[in-house]
Amino acid sequence: MEKTQVAIIGAGPAGLSCAVEVLKNGGKVTLLDENDRPGGQLFKQIHKFFGSREHKAGVRGIDIGNLLLQQVEEGKARVLLGSTVYGIFNRNQVAFINRGREYCLEAEKIVIATGASENPLAFPGSTLPGVMGAGAAQTLINIQRVLPGKRFIMIGSGNVGLIVSYQLLQAGAKVLAILEAAPEIGGYAVHAAKLSRAGVPFFTGYTIKYLQGNERVEEAVAVGLDANWKYIAGTEKHFEVDTVCISVGLSPLTELCWMCGCEFAYIPALGGHVPKHDQNLETSISGIYVAGDITGIEEASSAMEEGVLVGVACSESLGLITGDEASIKKKKIWNRLEQLRSGPFGKQRHEAKVVQMGGYEGSEELQ
Amino acid sequence: MSKDYNRSIVVKGYYQWTDLENSPGVPSMERMEQGPVAFVECTQEIPCDPCEEACPAGAIKIGENITALPVLDDEKCTGCGICIPSCPGLAIFLVEKNYTKTTSLIEIPHEYHPLPCTGDEVYCTDREGKPISSGKIIKVKTSFKNNLTPVLSVEVPQEYCLEIRGVMLKGG
Amino acid sequence: MRILNHPILGKDERENPITITVDDEKIKAYEGETIASAILASGKSVFRYTRKHRQPRGVYCAIGRCTDCVMTVDGIPNVRTCVELVRDGMIIETQHGLGKWSDQ
Repeated sequence: MEKTQVAIIGAGPAGLSCAVEVLKNGGKVTLLDENDRPGGQLFKQIHKFFGSREHKAGVRGIDIGNLLLQQVEEGKARVLLGSTVYGIFNRNQVAFINRGREYCLEAEKIVIATGASENPLAFPGSTLPGVMGAGAAQTLINIQRVLPGKRFIMIGSGNVGLIVSYQLLQAGAKVLAILEAAPEIGGYAVHAAKLSRAGVPFFTGYTIKYLQGNERVEEAVAVGLDANWKYIAGTEKHFEVDTVCISVGLSPLTELCWMCGCEFAYIPALGGHVPKHDQNLETSISGIYVAGDITGIEEASSAMEEGVLVGVACSESLGLITGDEASIKKKKIWNRLEQLRSGPFGKQRHEAKVVQMGGYEGSEELQ
Repeated sequence: MSKDYNRSIVVKGYYQWTDLENSPGVPSMERMEQGPVAFVECTQEIPCDPCEEACPAGAIKIGENITALPVLDDEKCTGCGICIPSCPGLAIFLVEKNYTKTTSLIEIPHEYHPLPCTGDEVYCTDREGKPISSGKIIKVKTSFKNNLTPVLSVEVPQEYCLEIRGVMLKGG
Repeated sequence: MRILNHPILGKDERENPITITVDDEKIKAYEGETIASAILASGKSVFRYTRKHRQPRGVYCAIGRCTDCVMTVDGIPNVRTCVELVRDGMIIETQHGLGKWSDQ
């Protein structure tokens, strides 16, 4: 059986960042990803990231992705693409399938960085061709360079809905409306402002009522909601569209954690069922760590920080770096994570994370 | 405090000038008369500070707590416009109110294709996206340093210099 | 519709298209792209019809999770076209229901 020191499941921003850290400290890394190319959602993020210089603010997601890939290649990690991990056995065996053949990899440390998936939304007409996730549209336009339609509406105004709407404009589409069921727009004001000045109207307190179309969506009908989330008769709005994007949140992809017996917590602010972990992002199963959106829906910046943090924790546990070195690195990472989890948008996630870590407060405790 | 600036935008998706005019990122009316100056139209506490680092004159301040609102020191601002492409939210503009006696020059980040050309007549939109005036493209800056965020300089009637923040190409 | 020019991604400079056949119609594709992308680029929306009510389905998640986009490829049904890459000469058919293996 092939052996490695650190097996990282998922080569997205968290997994790649973790790999780079372990490689830096001289560790042996095997990265596995079910997709044919690494990067997770990172290469779809053609916009500039927020945060500070340390968070790579102002750099486009695609460029960060390329940098991480380069570092992983230079560090000579073993990267297994097209490899679907279907189980973790004995707490140290990673079982996967590649091109129809089964393999097993033994690892001293296992990092589950499998990210999240888009939430669906069911409503009359939602199965018509032309209805897809916002992330699906993003994959098609930014990776495949194919525009799946010309006239769109977006359901949901969180940052994913706002960013993808903007990227649809950049791809040459027309976005006729952004519907938001809540009374306020969910994502950043500056994202909304960009869309408004490009002529995209917002409808807060509106949801999708139904879609019509023969072999493809042709018309979308939205309706206003009252304070009890009930339709307000007579407020229907009709849009002639050929594509409808759904952006109603993400849920962590936690199957592997469930399978190996990790303890979970149900935290809606983080996307639902999330694995519990300590300040090293180690789960309730010793030797199994988690990083990125699987620990809770946040953003690429926090995924990368968590990846590095796990890389440090694994390196420390494997004896590749000293406890003192690890402590200094971890403190800096926690400070950066706390910055991302501050302000009105981050506060809820910060509080949720404290619950998930069983009371651990973050950087304060390190001081 | 910052909630007041955001009252309109979180419901409608766009700022009204009355939300922004007292916000810390916009210059005073007096400073506008003196020459080109930045408008940092960013009033939510989000963790973000590349504008502070980009400004060579130190005219934009956020501080150690990176969720703090950017504050424009309009006396330090030289109107160079380097901040415009640095903002990941594309929320910074430059306004030269007295470009001519009757027109202003607005610098706008514009990440679309095709780009207009110098001399083109374009529609100019307000924050709501309404095309409220025609304008003329004076310059298109696509420096490598912008990292693919072109900056358009568009000449518009002076009475709209506080409103115009977008450009739409004529002819579809 | 293919995005030939993009403000961030630049020009689509791919050359040497290959040919795949979808329901007896030859369509253009590029190596390295998914079957679904080539099909969407050609303007087709329906990828399959459901078993019971024969309703049309297209692409939904585009990332290999939901199976809305499955078609019969070179005689093999239930191929997730949003992750399967094109090959020159590939034969793709709109799938009806659960599909049939080509030797049935």
